[in-house]
Amino acid sequence: MKILKEGTGEIFCKNTPTEMRNWTRKNKPRALIDKRMRIKDAIKKFVKDGDYIAIGGFGHIRIPMALIYEIVRQRIKNLSVAGHTAVQDIDVLMAGGCVSNVDIAYVVGFELRGLSGVQRRLFESGEVKKADYTNGAMSYRIRAGAQGVPFIPVKVMLGTDTMMHSPGKVVKCPFTGEKVLLLPSLNPDVCIIHAHKADMYGNVQIEGHIVKDDLQARASKRVIVTCEELISDEKIRADPGKTVIPFYMVDAVIEQPWGSHPGNMPYKYYFDHQFTEDYLTAGRDNNPETMERWLDEWVYSINDFDEYLTKIGAKRLYNLRDLEFLRPPVR
Amino acid sequence: MAKKNYTLRELMAVVAARQLADGKSVAVGTGLPLVAAMLAQKTHAPNLVIFFEAGGIAPQLPTLPISVGDSRTIHKALCTTTLIDIMDTMRRGYIDYAFLGGAQIDSYGNLNSTMIGDNYDMPKVRFPGSGGANDFGSLAWETLIIMDRHSPRRFVEKVDFITTPGYLYGPNAREEEGLSPGTGPSKVITDLCLFDFDPETKVMRLIATHPGITVEDVIKATGFEFGISDNLGTTTPPTEDDLRIIHEVIDPEGRVFPK
Repeated sequence: MKILKEGTGEIFCKNTPTEMRNWTRKNKPRALIDKRMRIKDAIKKFVKDGDYIAIGGFGHIRIPMALIYEIVRQRIKNLSVAGHTAVQDIDVLMAGGCVSNVDIAYVVGFELRGLSGVQRRLFESGEVKKADYTNGAMSYRIRAGAQGVPFIPVKVMLGTDTMMHSPGKVVKCPFTGEKVLLLPSLNPDVCIIHAHKADMYGNVQIEGHIVKDDLQARASKRVIVTCEELISDEKIRADPGKTVIPFYMVDAVIEQPWGSHPGNMPYKYYFDHQFTEDYLTAGRDNNPETMERWLDEWVYSINDFDEYLTKIGAKRLYNLRDLEFLRPPVR
Repeated sequence: MAKKNYTLRELMAVVAARQLADGKSVAVGTGLPLVAAMLAQKTHAPNLVIFFEAGGIAPQLPTLPISVGDSRTIHKALCTTTLIDIMDTMRRGYIDYAFLGGAQIDSYGNLNSTMIGDNYDMPKVRFPGSGGANDFGSLAWETLIIMDRHSPRRFVEKVDFITTPGYLYGPNAREEEGLSPGTGPSKVITDLCLFDFDPETKVMRLIATHPGITVEDVIKATGFEFGISDNLGTTTPPTEDDLRIIHEVIDPEGRVFPK
């Protein structure tokens, strides 16, 4: 097949679908196993220096912050990250010095809240390497990874510099002659997700929009899930259509209420707007020690996410619940 | 000229809203474009269907969401789905309009939301990148572009990086590169004026100025040559009702229109 045009972007994730399939055969148990463990142990066991990570949710929404903070706390290094609308999730990882490479669809911005100082510094200095994609393109790559094929033809990015800074290749469709862009599939090493409900075996329910978490779980080697509520498998069996991710994909399950704070957990709690604003302000300070102090206060100096929640305080958390349900906070 | 009771940003939102026909569908992000889509729903286009790229379809938006995925974007929605499903839906031809913006735009409507500078590895400023913008600009039938702060720094001869395709380098360029026929930017709404694109040349064409703005003002603020329509008009100011809906119903917290 003749390549008509190609981008120069580097492929940061080297896993191929055929290797993944062989790996899965040997390493992923099919039996119903109790997969509950502590966040600390799950990160230690399943996240390694140099891994490629896919993060669930959408930037500020249903992001697995309890898992993110623990990755930073364990000072895991040289991660590559799928920046598939990544906002506060990737920002904390980058502030913590965990990230070397990013596949960018949307990063640096905090949507209406403006740009991140931390990410601007790291991307503008060239310290963190990048390739450019689109949100659709990253989802297509993950769908190819989940499907087990090495590339996928898409109809986006064509004709643009976004394409020229990706590893994409333009070819003519062998059936119709139409030009399409081929993108490499993506099989992340680890996928971290915060969900509404799961049972101890890793059957996962997500309420509201799923964003890309279903595909990411299917494409990835390891899947770590925190959930607002651990439920019995009887409840899962009563409504199995709600299982977005089935148990055999999941390696660890942790019940962690408020596990997306300061993010927005649909039907549970709204953003902690002030917390995110304070975090952004720390990152925008030209003195990097300001962000180090923030990380000390909220990550390094505390033992785990339960301690973090205690520090946030019950009143503030319950107010976020009121905001979610469009009630004026009363506490 | 009588003292106006509205700001240019409010006028932009109203002009953008008027581009959306009833019974059509729109993919939208946050900010001014979303105010426009909500305003259209609450005025002339009650049957406008809103899609959010994170997976919210046809919500009944209570107030302005601050993120493309936040709970408000799925409030009383008819369907919650995945990002790829929204992109597939757009590719399959169900989505009429998409709203886009950027840091820079050129005469063909190509948008840059990726970087400023000429060195990709070490840009002067790194912006978020495409997000869903390139997907929207490639796949939606009609792209509506909103650009505030109309100036030669933003309306440039050549963008530093083509994040999202407009008409690329001229007539048939989109088709030549593999994008589907019948797609592309249709309007550019700025704080000075309203452009469309010349059907022959695919270059931006001035079709209306905002009240009090002259053609010379637009020429001075634009870093490239553009066409001028034979039927050059003036945009119609917001009604009292438009302004009330924007401030009291859509954005009571003043996130897009600070009080």
